[in-house]
Amino acid sequence: MNEANGKVFIDPKQLTSYGDATNDGAVQLSFTLPIPHGALAKEAAKKFVQNLGFDKSEIVTMEDMKEGYTFFVVYGHTQKTIDISKIKVMEVNFRVMSREETDAFIQEKIGRPLVVVGATVESDAHTVGLDAILNMKGYHGDYGLERYKMFTVHNMGSQVLCEEVVRKVKETKADALLISQIVTQKNIHIQNLTKLMDLLEIEGVRKDLLAIIGGPRISYELALELGYDVGFGSGTVPSQVASYIATTLSERTEMA
Amino acid sequence: MSRLSITLNRDDVAEAKKTAKTIVDDVFHFINKHTTDTIERTVLRYFGVDGVDAGEAPLPNVVVDHLKKKGVLDTGSAYWISNACVATGKDPQTIAEAVGTNAMDLTAVPSQPLEKVYRFAEETANKALDRVESMRNTRDGLLTGLGDNRKPYKYVIVATGNIYEDVSQARAASEQGADIIAVIRSTAQSLLDYVPYGPTTEGFGGTYATQENFRIMRQALDEIAVEQKRYIRLTNYASGLCMPEIAMMASWEGLDFLLNDSMYGILFRDINMKRTFVDQYFSRLIVALSGITINTGEDNYLTTSDAIEKAYAVTASQLINEAFAKKAGMKEAYMGLGHAFEINPDIENGFLYELAHALLSRELFPNATLKYMPPTKFMTGNVFKGYAMNTLFNLASVFTGQDIQLLGMLTEAIHTPYLQDRYLAILNANYVFNNARILGYELEVKKGGFIEKRANEVLSEALTLLKHTEKVGLMSAIREAHFADISRSEEGGKGLSGVHRKSEGYYNPVLNELEKRLGIEVES
Repeated sequence: MNEANGKVFIDPKQLTSYGDATNDGAVQLSFTLPIPHGALAKEAAKKFVQNLGFDKSEIVTMEDMKEGYTFFVVYGHTQKTIDISKIKVMEVNFRVMSREETDAFIQEKIGRPLVVVGATVESDAHTVGLDAILNMKGYHGDYGLERYKMFTVHNMGSQVLCEEVVRKVKETKADALLISQIVTQKNIHIQNLTKLMDLLEIEGVRKDLLAIIGGPRISYELALELGYDVGFGSGTVPSQVASYIATTLSERTEMA
Repeated sequence: MSRLSITLNRDDVAEAKKTAKTIVDDVFHFINKHTTDTIERTVLRYFGVDGVDAGEAPLPNVVVDHLKKKGVLDTGSAYWISNACVATGKDPQTIAEAVGTNAMDLTAVPSQPLEKVYRFAEETANKALDRVESMRNTRDGLLTGLGDNRKPYKYVIVATGNIYEDVSQARAASEQGADIIAVIRSTAQSLLDYVPYGPTTEGFGGTYATQENFRIMRQALDEIAVEQKRYIRLTNYASGLCMPEIAMMASWEGLDFLLNDSMYGILFRDINMKRTFVDQYFSRLIVALSGITINTGEDNYLTTSDAIEKAYAVTASQLINEAFAKKAGMKEAYMGLGHAFEINPDIENGFLYELAHALLSRELFPNATLKYMPPTKFMTGNVFKGYAMNTLFNLASVFTGQDIQLLGMLTEAIHTPYLQDRYLAILNANYVFNNARILGYELEVKKGGFIEKRANEVLSEALTLLKHTEKVGLMSAIREAHFADISRSEEGGKGLSGVHRKSEGYYNPVLNELEKRLGIEVES
């Protein structure tokens, strides 16, 4: 630990995790090993954690989950550090506006309501994320896009075939497309999103469309990788999505 | 010792139940005149038709599609298969296989004397339903012998996609103390207009419901029952386009619970409402004879609507589900009417609202086996906070006397549960239930206080919705988006092409026998 003038020194080139003291490298882990509860399991867990890079560790609980499975909670201390001065992060830059501001902004910069199509595609039956962003009611006290004067929303609901989405985008001359994916088992969401993007491109509607994806396992990086404009993760509220659509489309309008 | 109770406005209760009955009676004018593809396939399944053809299509589908192509399905599949059996002396499976290889046209088989055909059909139906009743007796016997588990039952889900891996997770869960195992279905199965065949090892977000998968899991749980001297209930899903077929398979393989809702598929899966109403009736007749407990899906209303603002929609739907279940001859104890702990955790006194809503369900349906669903909508990646929310949920349940506790998973917002998530969920429930076992018998709810007032307020709002629904009819009320803020039309949604008006000569010995055994009088 470095201390200068009694102040704790945090070195951005050698950053590590914080338990209750700077640079202690403390991490809390919980995991299951598929072996029966007992002395062997305990030793195995210790070695496993060591291999993960924790030199010092303490198994604070080892519990028998039956059927040959054992649960562990472990506190480990690592010597590993990272140099955060070398990390580049991708962030979407836009100002989050209130509903009234966004409506006024669209009115002024674009001059017509924006058409938004939303769906969860293919096998995914979960509309909770989509509805949180689109439904009148919104999420966490933040009204959904349907409540905005300057959005015309077409919520297609769940388990919509990619082909149907593309058809709707064409039919409504959509400005923005919102796709929510919740089920991610065996990376089914990647397959679905890739298929949809391929279709959008084949049908020639990708270029003029703001393609947005959202879901608990969706990140900006993933969105870009799959060819979408942006990705929103858990905790996103409608006003963020609304502001993003408004500002990005107004920039596009200006450029054109 | 009496449990925690509140006083509800008696007139409102009576009026709400009466109104729900009128609403449902009205829908039966439609139900009684129609049959569906899946009902006719169910009849064939009870007749012993199973397996797939060379193209992997289930034989019940092959036969029903054949009859549709010939334009005679409105007479009922039982007549055609029985006529062919009587004519050839072969069994229904052999006949179906012949249809599957195009070796037989059922409508080209010479008509046999009707009396003979009906006798064959009735005997076949009776034999099948005898087996259903014997499965029921086996379960009742096991429950009497082993004793039932304590309520609230701890209900957990397995969802690996592979039935054999599900078995090992189910074994672990029961040993940890779970009372009910639900094998969640592969995510799009409700939209399939057929039931997949055989054991399956691949699925998305769940495992396909097939008869063989039912059998494999039932056998595993029966082994556990012997080892642990504790009966473990098995749950699956009779919803979507194959409600009655899944119910049939469940009745055949001894499942204990089925998710089965009179409106869920319409609202949340966009399945045509006519199809759903007709199918749910037949599936519930099967359920009633099988002694299967249904679980209704009211919790879903709160994932699309606000849990306080739209609490009344849950109550109204429970009343409608109850009325539909009664029409199918179900006893109250087999009605797992649903509700959920979904109030925004940031709301002051949110827990009091939850107690009020839970007590309203308890008081309104004192004999039902209520199903209580955990927080999902406000679960985040903060698993520690999520675990705390699940603790309050468990407390609300044991305190207000709920029956089926669908255990909340701390990773609800992240992924299908890890083995350890399920373990921690059971640990939480065991701790809370044990610690607060008779809390509800020791404390009383303040008369005229926040909780009692709130419950009556929700009841009165539910009554308003029911009154409106009674006036316009259930189908119109759904079109007007009164349920879950979702609008569906009578002609929209999936599966309408599988609804058929019964012809004059329509014949369904399974339906007749179910209604007879359940003592249901059908007005024509």
